[in-house]
Amino acid sequence: MLDTAKLRADFPILERQENGRRLVYLDNAATSQKPRKVIDALVHYYSFHNANVHRGAYALAVEATDAYEAARTAVARFVNAWAREAVVFTRGTTESINLVAASWGRTHVSRGDTVVVTAMDHHSNIVPWQILCQEKGATLRMVEITKDGRIDLIDFGRAIENKPKIVAFPYVSNSLGTVNPTAQLCKLAHAAGAVTVVDGAQATPHLRVDVQALDCDFYALSGHKMLGPMGSGALIAKPALLEEMPPYHGGGEMIERVYDDRSTWNRIPHKFEGGTPNVEAAVGLSAAIAYLEKLGMDKVAAHEQELARIAIERLSQIEGVTIYGSRDHRAGVVPFTYGDIHPHDLATILDRDGVCIRAGHHCTQPLMRRLGVAATARASFYIYNDVDDVDALVSAVRKAGELFGVLAS
Amino acid sequence: MTDLSELYQQVILDHNRSPRNFKRIESANRKAEGNNPLCGDRIQLYVQLDGETISDIGFQMPQGAGCAISKASASLMTEAVKGKPAADAEAMFQAFRDMLAGGNNAPGKLAAFSGVRAFPSRIKCANLAWHALHAALQNSGDPVTTESARDF
Repeated sequence: MLDTAKLRADFPILERQENGRRLVYLDNAATSQKPRKVIDALVHYYSFHNANVHRGAYALAVEATDAYEAARTAVARFVNAWAREAVVFTRGTTESINLVAASWGRTHVSRGDTVVVTAMDHHSNIVPWQILCQEKGATLRMVEITKDGRIDLIDFGRAIENKPKIVAFPYVSNSLGTVNPTAQLCKLAHAAGAVTVVDGAQATPHLRVDVQALDCDFYALSGHKMLGPMGSGALIAKPALLEEMPPYHGGGEMIERVYDDRSTWNRIPHKFEGGTPNVEAAVGLSAAIAYLEKLGMDKVAAHEQELARIAIERLSQIEGVTIYGSRDHRAGVVPFTYGDIHPHDLATILDRDGVCIRAGHHCTQPLMRRLGVAATARASFYIYNDVDDVDALVSAVRKAGELFGVLAS
Repeated sequence: MTDLSELYQQVILDHNRSPRNFKRIESANRKAEGNNPLCGDRIQLYVQLDGETISDIGFQMPQGAGCAISKASASLMTEAVKGKPAADAEAMFQAFRDMLAGGNNAPGKLAAFSGVRAFPSRIKCANLAWHALHAALQNSGDPVTTESARDF
């Protein structure tokens, strides 16, 4: 496992005390905490290099542009993108998926077509497709999940028989932690003639990602879940697709030439980056990637999976606790319920012990309906969590049981 | 630091476990729906208003859709207003809101929710049923929520 004692010292927020106890931050699937190196990168950028990018004829503007473009190179390297040009900076996964829906989707999807999503998708990989399908008169087909929280491959096979235009699914489920067989799903979808949109929000922070090996067409990620700043993110796409796609936002930066009545577009990826970009977010993301690369993503994945395994083992010993999701192929996400205690009450009780978890539907209402629950509690681990954090979680859950006098429902 | 037992007082735990007036009243002449989509709390409220009197009241929450605070608050609310004039119920709503906003305790058992003040993220749970009651009495027909700032 990772040397958490050393790592924790890199995260200023972990010095916080909650009600006299150390902060036990287990809501990493929502957002990660930031190491000093990332925070310093933001301050350093504004203190020494700030200017608008891609337009200044002076040294400072060149520095800002270099920093921004170096961040693009870092993202491309981190996910093994096809080229630097394959990386479009966005505000995060949600904007990345909306970009694909608005640009590729609007161009290629028409009345009678089908778009496939899964029942374990986050709302951000469902709602943009609903909007597109409603606009175009297309059909949205939701692939079912198995009882143990995996994509139902039989239903997936049936769904792609209709020759969908788009197949969208998560690499890792934010609610269940399931690691989906992404390369296999892409292969099946491609054989059916679809383009694939992979929601990588929960995968990129936690395992080694190789978009070329996955052979997906579009891959969306958020920087804030992987030690980077909020508002940082990217869409990674096959350059040939980006070349033929129309722009997403019109404005400065994304044009080549503006005539009175029409314009021509800048080269990719700039065609999709209208307006002044969030340069410091890109710079911060670059610092986050450097931090993760130093740790090694295989070690990161192993560390979280071990914590999840221990958490599942210890929580399961509490009578009345139900754990959701599959036993294996799971990232560091542990969703659970405890008897008839509502997850919000659990979260409030855990918070008193400084244990931060998420309670609710996790932006996956279709999944919650299939699990037959209105909400779950979710603990999600990252590099700075350790076995003490697991113990704090388990002991706070036991405390909730004592307070509520819980009986297994 | 506020102790958890001040939030989860025995009367609240009791009403969570055994909610009173937990029933659908199909014939009710006033109905309202409360919905906090971010946290998932949902309530259906049924009010039989005869003249100015709340002669019967019941509520339902879909399975698992109510936390202890929202369910106990709805339960205690129905007990407090049943058989009372609508104007008294509205006055209790105001007193309840004032209490959660930092004012004096609301009358009777409703004071059990004074501990919610120390847990700002849970005030919307305690308020939801009361906003639904207000909507039912106003006969507004619009679903209510306590998740947007203006509803506090």
